Amino acid sequence: MTDSMPAVAAQPPRTLFDKLWDAHLVVAETTAAPALLYVDLHLIHEVTSPQAFAELAERGLTLRCPERTKGTLDHSTPTLPNAADGSVPYPHAAARAQVDRLRENAARCGVELFDLDSPARGIVHVIGPELGLTQPGMTIVCGDSHTSTHGAFGALAFGIGTSEVGHVLATQCLLQRKAKTLAITVAGELASGVSAKDLILHIIGQIGVNGGTGYVIEFRGATIRALPMEGRMTVCNMAIEAGARAGMIAPDQVTFDYLAGCPRAPKGAAFEAALARWKLLPSDPGAKFDRELQIDAGQVRPAVTWGTHPGTAMVIDGLVPEPQDAAQQRGIDYMRFSAGAGVLGEPVDVVFVGSCTNGRISDLREVARLLAGRKLHPRVRMLVVPGSAAVKRQAQAEGIDQIVRNAGGEWREPGCSMCIAMNGDLVLPGQLALSTSNRNFEGRQGPGARTMLVSPATAAASALAGCVADPRAYPDTTPTAAALAAEPVVGQTGALA
Amino acid sequence: MKPIRRIVSASVVWPRSNIDTDQIIPARFLSTTERNGLGRYAFHDWRYRDDGSVNPDFVFNQPQNVGRSILVAGRNFGCGSSREHAPWALVDFGLRAVISAEIADIFRNNALKNGLLPVVLPAAVVDELLAHPDWSLELDVATRQLRLPDGRCYEFPLDEFQQVCLLDGVDELGYLLARTEAIQHFEENRNAC
Ligand code: SF4
Repeated sequence: MTDSMPAVAAQPPRTLFDKLWDAHLVVAETTAAPALLYVDLHLIHEVTSPQAFAELAERGLTLRCPERTKGTLDHSTPTLPNAADGSVPYPHAAARAQVDRLRENAARCGVELFDLDSPARGIVHVIGPELGLTQPGMTIVCGDSHTSTHGAFGALAFGIGTSEVGHVLATQCLLQRKAKTLAITVAGELASGVSAKDLILHIIGQIGVNGGTGYVIEFRGATIRALPMEGRMTVCNMAIEAGARAGMIAPDQVTFDYLAGCPRAPKGAAFEAALARWKLLPSDPGAKFDRELQIDAGQVRPAVTWGTHPGTAMVIDGLVPEPQDAAQQRGIDYMRFSAGAGVLGEPVDVVFVGSCTNGRISDLREVARLLAGRKLHPRVRMLVVPGSAAVKRQAQAEGIDQIVRNAGGEWREPGCSMCIAMNGDLVLPGQLALSTSNRNFEGRQGPGARTMLVSPATAAASALAGCVADPRAYPDTTPTAAALAAEPVVGQTGALA
Repeated sequence: MKPIRRIVSASVVWPRSNIDTDQIIPARFLSTTERNGLGRYAFHDWRYRDDGSVNPDFVFNQPQNVGRSILVAGRNFGCGSSREHAPWALVDFGLRAVISAEIADIFRNNALKNGLLPVVLPAAVVDELLAHPDWSLELDVATRQLRLPDGRCYEFPLDEFQQVCLLDGVDELGYLLARTEAIQHFEENRNAC
């Protein structure tokens, strides 16, 4: 540079979050007012949207950008097949009314809806990514806290309330204060039999259910890079369980390869152009985070929760800790566990495989790997609920439905199902459920239901054993196509002993 | 939204930490397309026993607590889902403010839009409040202060914008709509994303 040239102020290194924030700033924030942040993709479902549409209708407002909103039906929808006459077996009239209301609202406002007969239907956080609607560099919101899932693609994605759903419908914008940034760097190799679910449970166990409050978490490091997209989604999905505003992972070749095959992702020259932009997104070297944490992946073991929030994660062969306060004591009592005792061998009544955390094809493959040629313990009721119609088709093409059925499990239609127990699928009072979902709050899976959060492998191993079981105790059967097609093997209970 | 300037009440104290949105309103009551009348489901599974009878042990069922409009709760109140049904239920149930050492982000945001004042105070102060449910508390939005009966005052954090929204009853959607020109300008000039 010569002296006569004006000095160009070098931009300080920015984080992925900074870049996304800057790129969507319609009006910058001041002390007196929050920023206006533009929303690229707005996902809606039947539970948190009706009151927002009603508000717009009352005020005579229309949608600013209907093509940026996509709807799905997932929470209230049954997972049982339709009746012989084609009718949908809703658990009650209110569920049907919610579904009908979203249909009316979508049709009236010109919003694309992935209805129950759509081949693209499914849980909102499963279909966004698999359709390629979810893309790096986007701002994505939904009236649903697990919107953090989409951050796995290098998007800024977070849950909003119903009033804000109305704000986005009407203005495509949200009022936002910029969050702080937390970098969680994970290094080391995950041991065999240890999954992304175990990793995120481990992280939440370490930092607590409020450890991320006020922050957007960027998950970084070699372990994260080594995760396939589905594992990354599992990690970001549960960022909210640490209280974080959002979770995100910088896009890389794994992300780009995944998107290249997605129906709604850009194609051809548009893909190349997008790729060039996406490659600029990762945090710059030297970018400053407000807080940084290191996690050693080598420490991660199959995880379970012993209490009534996800922060009560521990290693599966660990001991329930001595309660630190009355709430922890109540959690242990609610779960009918004892401080100082282990949970391995606790009799299990229900196993639920599904949800936006672990209802993807890789999760079902993992379950099938363990179930193939074995039988569930007779005590156990097992529900396997694909996260989407596409996951269901793929699983059926691979024979996974047959493996589940042959083992004695129930194979269902896609939806949220027992994760939130709004659709008639629920755990009965007092029953112990091992669930691949994300919340073990009191009553989450039904009044009085006792939930332990686990990985798909732990869920499957425990379904076979009839009790909380370590998946590492099961030999890898890795079924071949021939084995999948084979007759069910009778007489194996899969008991560990 | 109706303006909120001042809330004066004795408190209902519930020291439990991590009171999540499923405790505030269980998911099975979300099968509604309405936002009104959800107060009957507030803390439902705590207020009622399995057989449907009233649980006399639960704080909100104790006679001295009837009519109190401030809840003092343990840490990390409102964690869990983004359901705005949670503040809708609490407001309909008669609450006007929640005091805790920590309040989950989305819940806090939703509360502010519905006339429920989220008040975060240091743990030591909250502990003192938890021990004195009969104190008449005064929450003043204009000064962002909690006043105790003995005259002590504690300031609580409240974003300037949120404060104005509460005091003047500003409607956030109206505020956003008033900035349509800026939104249009952004849409026309942004780099493709
Ligand atoms: S699967 Fe569970 S967590 Fe995910 S969107 Fe559905 S109800 Fe929410």
